[in-house]
Amino acid sequence: MNQNYGWGLPVQASSYAGKLDGSLFLLHGVMILIFVLWAFYMIFCLIRYRQKNSGRALYSHKTPLSSYIPDALMLIFEIWLIFFVGIPIWAHIREELPKEETSVALHIVAEQFAWTMHYPGLDGKFGKQNPSLINADNPLGLDENDPDSLDDIVSVNELHLPLGKPARILLSSKDVIHSFFVPEFRMKQDVVPGMNIPIWFEPTKLGAFEIGCAQLCGTGHYRMRGDVIVQSPEEFENWTKSKTKS
Amino acid sequence: MQTEHLESHPETFIRKWIFSLDHKTIGLQYMFTSLIFLLFGFSLVLLMRWQLAYPGSALPLIGYYLPDSIAAGGVMHPAGYNALGAMHGTIMIFLGVVPLGVGAFGNYFLPLQIGAKDMAFPRINMTSYWVYFIGGVLMLASFFVPGGAAQSGWTSYVPLSILSPGQTMWLLAMTFLITSSLLGSINFIVTTLNLRAPGLTWSRLPLFVWAQFVTALLLLFAFPVLQAGAILQLLDRIAKTSFFIPSGLIVGGAPVEYAGGGSALLWQHLFWFLAHPEVYVLLLPAMGIVAEILANGTRKPIFGYKEIAGSFCFIGVLSFMVWAHHMFVSGMKTSLSYLFMTTTMIISVPSVAIITCFLLSLKGASIQFKLPMLFALAFLPMFGIGGLTGLPLGFTPTDVYLHDTYYVIGHFHYVVVTGSLIALMGGIYYWFPKMFGRKMNEFWGKIHFWTTIVFMNGIFFPMFIQGLAGVQRRLYDPTVQAHNLVVQPTNVLMTYSAILLMIAQIPFIVNFFVSIFKGEKTEDNPWQATTLEWACPSPPLPHKNFEKIPTVYKGPYEYNVPGEAKDFSPQHLP
Repeated sequence: MNQNYGWGLPVQASSYAGKLDGSLFLLHGVMILIFVLWAFYMIFCLIRYRQKNSGRALYSHKTPLSSYIPDALMLIFEIWLIFFVGIPIWAHIREELPKEETSVALHIVAEQFAWTMHYPGLDGKFGKQNPSLINADNPLGLDENDPDSLDDIVSVNELHLPLGKPARILLSSKDVIHSFFVPEFRMKQDVVPGMNIPIWFEPTKLGAFEIGCAQLCGTGHYRMRGDVIVQSPEEFENWTKSKTKS
Repeated sequence: MQTEHLESHPETFIRKWIFSLDHKTIGLQYMFTSLIFLLFGFSLVLLMRWQLAYPGSALPLIGYYLPDSIAAGGVMHPAGYNALGAMHGTIMIFLGVVPLGVGAFGNYFLPLQIGAKDMAFPRINMTSYWVYFIGGVLMLASFFVPGGAAQSGWTSYVPLSILSPGQTMWLLAMTFLITSSLLGSINFIVTTLNLRAPGLTWSRLPLFVWAQFVTALLLLFAFPVLQAGAILQLLDRIAKTSFFIPSGLIVGGAPVEYAGGGSALLWQHLFWFLAHPEVYVLLLPAMGIVAEILANGTRKPIFGYKEIAGSFCFIGVLSFMVWAHHMFVSGMKTSLSYLFMTTTMIISVPSVAIITCFLLSLKGASIQFKLPMLFALAFLPMFGIGGLTGLPLGFTPTDVYLHDTYYVIGHFHYVVVTGSLIALMGGIYYWFPKMFGRKMNEFWGKIHFWTTIVFMNGIFFPMFIQGLAGVQRRLYDPTVQAHNLVVQPTNVLMTYSAILLMIAQIPFIVNFFVSIFKGEKTEDNPWQATTLEWACPSPPLPHKNFEKIPTVYKGPYEYNVPGEAKDFSPQHLP
């Protein structure tokens, strides 16, 4: 059985996985606390105020101010959570894209039912694409007459990334909505036809991880999977060279 | 009033039982129809659960009798699984829980609780039921059209839905169901505004009426948006327009025959603008029922009547401003998430307020553990789990990971099934004596209650474990992906819990039908309750309900008033 998975969250393999898990644990801690308090109070009442133990019920229409304490605490906690945890983390993971020079840039194109990775190659430029050139050997319709496309690397269902360098990925879809999901990276983003959606993450663990599709995309949705292979920078460079057409 | 002439003349069978204008008969029609749909929608999920526990193995007993569009040679195929999933969601929500909570209970008990003879518009009421019935028949018929039923989830995300078989029937059926809800909601609103008995001021309204009133407003304002969206999607399918089809789609290697220029995200906005208020349409009537039963079972005024009614209204308003929390990872502008995260977290405050009031109602009470009370009490912790697990889904840093996993499925099943449906079942036990003049059997009711609670948790709690492990929803065969394998055994537990939950409904079904004819006869007010529905005969008189329209002298939950001999003080007695 794969060591990355168990009962509970998968292993953390991206730079922000720990942050996201931190807020998951914090929130679940608070949820369990609230539930336990509710449950104890309820069980106490059910025993203490059974008809047998209680006699005549208390007639009152008063709502003392103290009864609003749970609501107020909830509100204060949530406002703190939004402004001091939620907004900074969301800004970090979704709005602060790493610089292009220091990151690995690539495109991922989703279709029923495969992920196609498109690296710009050694020249750092993505070749031109033409939908009319799409066929089984050329899933992206790369135009061979464009010099930029000659060294481009196309890899189906296998995403190679170097360790310790942020990946800056532009997601697009050929047909329907898919969702790019790598559990170990805590990364999930819908891939929408007609849109180019930028995402980023930084792998922090060597090894193989799983890409799943998280948005129903048709009859093959369940088998639309790929692999992420995180390599040392040297291995990644070797892989890039081995894939480059010479 | 237009039904007055009916009170004295005998009615034909068709007028009395089929095209009835009496809100009580229409309520019962809604109740029987929606219960049948609930049972049907639930049996669909048993087929899916077998596939999830034992992927690729033949369905026992019934596999060979299933149509080829679902299972060929007794083994379910992916298209069949997707169709069952879409239809399970659609049937449970639009044909099951909403018609039961609003159509059945609202129709039957809203006029009684406000002391009215009938709904404001009896003919619209009848039309509403029959339009719903046609929508339901169309939805079921879609299993038998070429290509089978809709396969794109109950959310019908474009462009997949536009390109998949079965969707046209789904859209047509939805158009009928939406129309039915709109007709019903207008009726509820006008009835509540205009037909309240003398003395029944807003601050004396039972909380069930408040809940139904807010629900009707939600339906009225939210459903037209989905109606428009459904018609646009229908045009995309049959007239090849491109409202939701972006430019340059290539499906299976070939360009699609659409002009393009549409937006895939637009559908999600239109859909969730309805579908989030819809969640509260599922929930509010159930909370109203819980309030009624709790006040009756604790024998004291409900704690924080104004706070609860205010929370219903606040939830109603705010529910129109939270829809895009379903879309944090959809690709919409990322900064929009700040607004929707904030509104979504805030909407949990009135829910906490309601739960707090319900719990504080127990303090100082004299609790009678009668059958309906068990269901109302179970609602509190079970809905509590459903509500609390909504927090990490409305909070963007945690939603990124949990979105579209089984955690979401667990969350909304705790809200709608162990929350709403448990409360609605409690409502059936509570109001059965009023509807039929007889009581349901207490012993079999308790068997039904305890087994149902245990097996529901057996199905839904493991969903959180699966979700945290990263198991995505809507997977025909979860074992294809490595990260799902460790928690796969929970699928077996959930499947057997689901089968046992189905078996646990047999006592309920038998008890229900036997009690209609053979149950213990009861007086008009068997629970010694205070609200107006108990002031009329059981069952209430056809077309007029009350011998004489009651006058209201006090609030809805006057239990154990000091100085009075009885422990309850009905609203209609001075």
